Amino acid sequence: MKQSSGMTLIVKTVTRVSVWLIILYGIYIILHGHLTPGGGFAGGVIIALAFLNLMLAYGRDFIKKWVNISFLHDIESSSAALFLAIGILGIAFSGYFLANFLSGYGTLYRLYSAGTIPILNIVIGAKVSMGLFVVVWALSIFHIDKGGK
Amino acid sequence: MILPFFIIIPLLTAFLITLISGKKDDWAIILSIIAALSLLVLSVFSFVTIGGNTVVYNMSAWKIPYTICLVLDALSSFMLLIVSIISLTSLMFSIKYIRHLSPSWKYYALFMFLVTGMNGVIVTGDLFNLYVFLEIALIAAYALVAYGSKAEEFEASFKYAVMGSISSILILVGIGIIYSTTSTLTLASIAKVLPERNPQVMYWVGGIFMAGFGLKAAVMPFHAWLPDAHSSAPAPISSMLSGVLIKTLGIYVLIRFFFNVLGAPDIFMTIFLVLGSISILVASFLAIGQWDLKRLLAYSSISQIGFILLGLGIATPLAIFGAVFHILNHAIFKSLLFYNAGTVEMAIGTRDLRKMGNLTKALPVASSTSMIATLSIAGMPPFNGFFSKLIIIIAAVQAVHPGYALIAVVGSLLTLVYFMKVQRYGFRGEELIEKPDVKVGLGMKASMIILATLCVVTSLLVIPGIREVTLESVVSVITGKTDYIFNVLGR
Repeated sequence: MKQSSGMTLIVKTVTRVSVWLIILYGIYIILHGHLTPGGGFAGGVIIALAFLNLMLAYGRDFIKKWVNISFLHDIESSSAALFLAIGILGIAFSGYFLANFLSGYGTLYRLYSAGTIPILNIVIGAKVSMGLFVVVWALSIFHIDKGGK
Repeated sequence: MILPFFIIIPLLTAFLITLISGKKDDWAIILSIIAALSLLVLSVFSFVTIGGNTVVYNMSAWKIPYTICLVLDALSSFMLLIVSIISLTSLMFSIKYIRHLSPSWKYYALFMFLVTGMNGVIVTGDLFNLYVFLEIALIAAYALVAYGSKAEEFEASFKYAVMGSISSILILVGIGIIYSTTSTLTLASIAKVLPERNPQVMYWVGGIFMAGFGLKAAVMPFHAWLPDAHSSAPAPISSMLSGVLIKTLGIYVLIRFFFNVLGAPDIFMTIFLVLGSISILVASFLAIGQWDLKRLLAYSSISQIGFILLGLGIATPLAIFGAVFHILNHAIFKSLLFYNAGTVEMAIGTRDLRKMGNLTKALPVASSTSMIATLSIAGMPPFNGFFSKLIIIIAAVQAVHPGYALIAVVGSLLTLVYFMKVQRYGFRGEELIEKPDVKVGLGMKASMIILATLCVVTSLLVIPGIREVTLESVVSVITGKTDYIFNVLGR
């Protein structure tokens, strides 16, 4: 492995393991959003931080090579559109925007409950994680052009 | 139930634009025009059918203390109509103008976010939801002000962002105080609970909101961001900002909060009057000194907002009718003037009035519509601006506020002075300008002609028979004050 970009070998090795754990934790927070504290936004931020961790440890060029930024961008936009689509389905089935048209209420300790809430959490998680990472990415590739006319 | 679609349509369009448009902006234009057209149809429909009724829509089918409710009454459908008209014409104007500037689908996506934010602020009946939509509109506006990517535009955008953030923090603090006092965020419930719990809080929150939303409306002591932001933005965005953004985020929320929630306490009406008078006079004098056309128009916006505040502060039904009418009129002729300025800037590449000349040959549509807009804003009969200003002045005299009536008259004359300067140097100067190489697009011409026609047509709204079916229900929402509680919550 070349040492040219990113941080030291120690950081890279630790990151290689920890990134998956962070993503897993983020997914856990998203999926249990309707049962435990947390949810789409919190879990999404954690997943974005995993990507950010990767970028800090391995450098910008690595991310550019291995991660398709425009694909992440598409995931972000489409998950937002999907959120609205679920809301519109609420109008179609129950008469109100974002109405819970699947099963009614959440049950304690049951992952498959609370109707559309988990689905919305997943969609929000995708939106927030990709959105936040793309924002940080855009800031990192930003360079100052002084006095452009 | 069409209410949520005022938010869904522009939001979905914005996300679809980011998804499907590749390098080109064709799809973005088509989608955003379709969205703006459908919003116009929906808002015309709602304005025609609403009458004196109030429609309450509970999101997610929850009941009112738990839900985010959307409220549509005559006032909000009136504001929606203005937003739809101006956003459609701005989009028509944008096609050629933005291709000339720097074509990108990003512009249209941001534009749709701007519309989402404004529509959301208008239809929502929940205070925190209002704050969220306000931020959506503002963040889109910051980006759009800097769209031309020149140094001065970034500076203006940054200044706007700093001032906007300060006002947003003030508003957030106000919302926090309200929530801690009333334990609710629904506007109607706040109006019901606040006087029972602690009437003193009303003055605190009123003061904070007056500064916060006053800054969004660019009322005089809080106006510093507006001349920079409105003059540096691309012309269609200037017209959106000056025409509708300062009215929806500023004036509309001030009306909703101070009249419908707090019930128009006298002290705040006096503040409205004083701030309005300061805005009228000082901004007019500042406008006279400007040589940059768009900067002059921006200062003129502050002074016209002063007229609206003056009408609201007098608070008689006639004065409020004048203010509401002036909201509509100002949106129309100020947007038209910004289109004119944009056309001139695109065609001959300057905004400096001293470098312009006689444009009647070079830009016939822009110069003739600018004359109509000038006469309207300066208050010449039979154009719409004459009637709204006249009504405000008559109302001030009737309400025994002769001083304020005098200020309105003087402000009106000063408006005439600086717009004569625009015509004298800018559009009908001595030096004849040849036909420029840049062709003015059909959409640009059409949007200018539509608004110029509206300048004449809307003056019909003052005729008693038409006035009763259109603006009278809007006025009754405002003069009804806390009837809003019963309309939303039921008796």
